[in-house]
Amino acid sequence: MNALRACAAGSVDADTGPRPPDLTVRLGRADDLPAAAAVLIGPHSMTLATVVATDETETPDGDLKVRYVFEPTTPGGPDRFVTLLVSVDAARPKVPSLTRTVPAANWHEREMQDLFGIVPAGHPDPRPLVVHDGWPQGVFPLRKAFDGSRRVPVEPAGEFPHLAAEGEGVFEIPVGPIHAGIIEPGHFRFTSVGETVLHLDARLFYTHRGMEKRMEGLSPLDAFYVAERICGVCSVAHGLGYCEALEQIAGVDAPPRARLIRGIALELERVYNHVGDIGNICAGAAFHYGTATGMRLQERLQQMNERLTGNRFLRGLVVPGGVHLDLPADLLGALAGTLQDTLSGLDGLMGRIEANPSIVDRLDDTGILQHQAAVDLAVAGVAARASGVDRDARRDHPHGAFAGPEPPGLQVATVFEGDAMARVTVRALEARESIRLIGEFVQRLERGPLEAALAEPLPGGRIGIAAIESPRGEAVHWLRTDAGGRVERYHLRSPSYHNWPAVALAAETAIVPDFPLVNKSFELCYSCTDR
Amino acid sequence: MLQILINALRTGVVTVRYPAAQSVPPDRFRGSPVLRAGSHLPPPSVCPAGAISEHFDAAGRRAGLDLARCIFCGRCAEDPWADAVSMGRDFELAAHSRDDLRIEVVADDPAVTAPAPSRDRDAEAARISSEIHNVLGRSLHLRHLDAGSCNACDWELAALLNPVYDVRRLGIDFVASPRHADGVVVTGPVTRNLETAVHRTFEAIPDPRVVIAVGACAASGGIVGEGYASAGGVDRVLPVDVYIPGCPPRPEGILFGILVAIGRLDARRRPREG
Ligand code: SF4
Repeated sequence: MNALRACAAGSVDADTGPRPPDLTVRLGRADDLPAAAAVLIGPHSMTLATVVATDETETPDGDLKVRYVFEPTTPGGPDRFVTLLVSVDAARPKVPSLTRTVPAANWHEREMQDLFGIVPAGHPDPRPLVVHDGWPQGVFPLRKAFDGSRRVPVEPAGEFPHLAAEGEGVFEIPVGPIHAGIIEPGHFRFTSVGETVLHLDARLFYTHRGMEKRMEGLSPLDAFYVAERICGVCSVAHGLGYCEALEQIAGVDAPPRARLIRGIALELERVYNHVGDIGNICAGAAFHYGTATGMRLQERLQQMNERLTGNRFLRGLVVPGGVHLDLPADLLGALAGTLQDTLSGLDGLMGRIEANPSIVDRLDDTGILQHQAAVDLAVAGVAARASGVDRDARRDHPHGAFAGPEPPGLQVATVFEGDAMARVTVRALEARESIRLIGEFVQRLERGPLEAALAEPLPGGRIGIAAIESPRGEAVHWLRTDAGGRVERYHLRSPSYHNWPAVALAAETAIVPDFPLVNKSFELCYSCTDR
Repeated sequence: MLQILINALRTGVVTVRYPAAQSVPPDRFRGSPVLRAGSHLPPPSVCPAGAISEHFDAAGRRAGLDLARCIFCGRCAEDPWADAVSMGRDFELAAHSRDDLRIEVVADDPAVTAPAPSRDRDAEAARISSEIHNVLGRSLHLRHLDAGSCNACDWELAALLNPVYDVRRLGIDFVASPRHADGVVVTGPVTRNLETAVHRTFEAIPDPRVVIAVGACAASGGIVGEGYASAGGVDRVLPVDVYIPGCPPRPEGILFGILVAIGRLDARRRPREG
């Protein structure tokens, strides 16, 4: 606090919150923001967790606000968020850009410029991000005055200004947004010389559906179903993150049995994703036996998901307050059998990959993400841990089965090479650890209630924040209720949101034909990035 | 290499026989909600997806269910409506028109009972799968188009190609270029940022072409609905031939829908050839 006061020219007021261990620091002058962020990131080795803009023009404050949320990076550090809060004049909405000193702020700032009209002054790349060609100037969909159910006419637009390089033998390869396979849409503009990638400009947000606006004004119990459907393959993680944020607001805890069942679901989601992803990486390296094996193992798990929860993506299990379905002994027995087979299938597949020089050669040294780049971009999950960043929200922000007095031990898999092989290795290690954890959670299950009641209306004007380790890494959920206890603002920062810029960096160490492999080794979601 | 062969032989055949053999979903599977006529049916506010509606006429309150919007969350079948609504087991829900997916029953009047509409789906599936051979000479090539899905429907489409469902055995395949396709399967509600790409992909497919809307978002806008970033369903943008409800539909539910679509392709082709 003293360091923050010393660096600021304006007033600095601190409060605890949103949760008891957290700190919210209100900066009297927005211009103090870069210095304050530097204090948190430098001496306190924190990193950017999320940035949340809100429109509070209809409240007594009559302003826009931006919250820059930071979190510790030291392994085993305290579970704490520090929020730097600045007030922005709605008539002249402008904040100093942090991107030059905090590269992870890049997309956050472009997003708030598009959706709230808050200008990040001095941003090195202020091109539109979320809204695409033909969106009218001066219309900001996440402002409260904007009616989100309204469709906005498309205006004539020129071509999007991709970053271009010029010179002899330099050419551009545009790919997407519609791709050749069954995958999500994004546009990739490669600038290359021969096979070597000079620069990759990725343009996303094609699947921007306005999910955050869609949830505003809903009962928090109804909005849960929207949160659970932001992403298919992260349904448990995002549903859980929303629930934990909501439960903080309501002041209730999910009962112990529910927490363990949530833990089982979260790890099961990780296993089916990781196993399928290893198969997909094999597809990128033209190793069809590996692809078919990965698909088969993943299918078996998704069939198990359907037996457990009635849905192949585990939807309908986690609900606000706890879990909706119990896991009786017969289903747990079937689950144990499936996981045993998955484990031996995975071991066999990894053995075949490691024994096959033509695959190993494709994966080794391909798409390297340097440790420092991973730190600077606040990269999350598998991609971070494959570049030697020892972070895992299950340990750093305990949730689900990890919350409580005696959390289970967690082996965080970290390797240092940062290449595609490292990301495959981390996935395999994590899938095995998840299978072990599920066994442990099942052991710990004791009889007890499944749901704690959440009475409507929920408390008004409160904030909940939750960080969940999804299959792709840490996702940060931020939720606030309005005076009537309805959803006033919800924001999700998905792991993919921080990881996409890292894919572009890693691709620049590769050749064009290896891009699918590099991309698959990160295996990011478009839908949770775009929302 | 030898080890791979041995492993493959040891694994054996994992492919299911659907649609030739029936597929039975597991006990907890939530298929189409069944509304019991004349009972105390839930009000629209119960449904987070806006699939339940009601209106009043001389007979009293009528409750409507739009299967295209339903996300199969099961909320309408929970207390206190558990006696009035149950989650059915039917997953073969694809239909040619939105109207076929709307169910309406009289509520709150125990004197009224309505027989459930019976559709002989097995026979329909058998008839249709034989049509694949007649119409397309064993092959239907589709292009996938993600129009803003959450990726669940995409994964289920990809699952159709895995060794368990392996739709290539039925002559169905997903192709890389729209110019090679007989039709398009669309997932997602059609976002504003993809509308141009959706039009261009459709126009690149040679006529006649089928459009299959997969999942609640594509079929109706689903939980996303209509808004500044979403058109609210594929039929706002393209002529849809088949709607496949589900959030997401199971792979076999999608396969059923594709088979339904082939019947439609047949109907569309004849006048041109004749
Ligand atoms: S099961 Fe379908 S109809 Fe029932 S509440 Fe859920 S979305 Fe609505």
